[in-house]
Amino acid sequence: MTRKQRRLYFVGLGLLALFAATALMLNAFKDNLVFFYSPTDLQTKKVEAGRRFRIGGLVEQGSVNKDGKQVRFKVTDMAHAVPVVFTGILPDLFREGQGVVAEGKLDDKGTFLASDVLAKHDENYMPPEVADALKKSGQWQGDKDGKNGKGDGKEPGK
Amino acid sequence: MHRFANPARFLRIANVILPWSAGLTVVLLVVGLAWSLFVSPPDYQQGESVRIMYVHVPSAWMGLFAYAVMAVASAVALIWKHPLADLSAKASAPVGAAFTFICLVTGSLWGKPMWGTYWVWDARLTSMLILLFLYLGYMALVNAFDDPGRGAKAAAILALVGVVNLPIIKFSVDWWNTLHQPASVIKMGGPAISAGMLIPLLIMGLAFKAFYVTILLVRVRTEIASAKVRAIRLTQVHG
Repeated sequence: MTRKQRRLYFVGLGLLALFAATALMLNAFKDNLVFFYSPTDLQTKKVEAGRRFRIGGLVEQGSVNKDGKQVRFKVTDMAHAVPVVFTGILPDLFREGQGVVAEGKLDDKGTFLASDVLAKHDENYMPPEVADALKKSGQWQGDKDGKNGKGDGKEPGK
Repeated sequence: MHRFANPARFLRIANVILPWSAGLTVVLLVVGLAWSLFVSPPDYQQGESVRIMYVHVPSAWMGLFAYAVMAVASAVALIWKHPLADLSAKASAPVGAAFTFICLVTGSLWGKPMWGTYWVWDARLTSMLILLFLYLGYMALVNAFDDPGRGAKAAAILALVGVVNLPIIKFSVDWWNTLHQPASVIKMGGPAISAGMLIPLLIMGLAFKAFYVTILLVRVRTEIASAKVRAIRLTQVHG
């Protein structure tokens, strides 16, 4: 084996080991690497009241209730929904059917007390006319079918 | 392999390519910027803020691409001791770092009106920040030794170790819940972005690539010149 070949194998094996180690590590920390939990995760994981975490999903249709500066709404992943209370300024993209991520904690009754609400944008980019046309023809797949944010209906908790 | 290792041959080829790639950069940038900033439609949700994407996304591509080039060049330098490979890796680093920085800044400026925050520690944003630190670490390490050869070797190893971050950046939005939206362009089932926006985006992407080729050739040429100067100085001192 020439020196060049030896170096080639050495670099190759080194990279292979590195990738394997990283994959194992990421897999071990999987639960800590998610930015938010879905409402379904909350059902299965049982987060205790008072612990800070983030919850993500869609704002349920017809659930937004504004009372002065306080807003009440439900975050849903189409399987489960969690009531959220928030006081403060909402991002521009916030509306019913929009993906959101809220940071805060649960109270004793299972209501999520949010200290921050972020809007989650989806991967769909289109001009307003196209969006209108899609809505008119019934082809609209935004907001509701769960394309808007992960941790939603079809694959909860992923 | 060593047929291409010849700096004189490289300089000849580079001098032929340079005016073309520079011209292409200018043309693509003018067309891409005009199209993306004035002609392309606003987004149904983001309105005019969507135009940040035309700089943000190509910058992110460049950040990843320049790192991939740097890593491949580092591997070639380590294994085959190719004299130009070290220089190419070294020349690629600041370019990639600059584009990664632009990506982070423009993303942050977009995030404030859209998400409601400049920064969150989700997997995509954090892994992109790590990429910037890898670039900075590489640049610090490559210049940290008196003997340029040793610096290049240490930095090449760092560059290869950092490669593991590239798939993490790309797939972070698929593997974990992130605030950052999933891939729009390179995804299963085709792009989720309307053609009127996708075309200017791709033109901008090509413009950035052409710019990268241009600047890389100039920088490698400079590195060769300064290596020559160093060699001449050394022979003068040691006679």
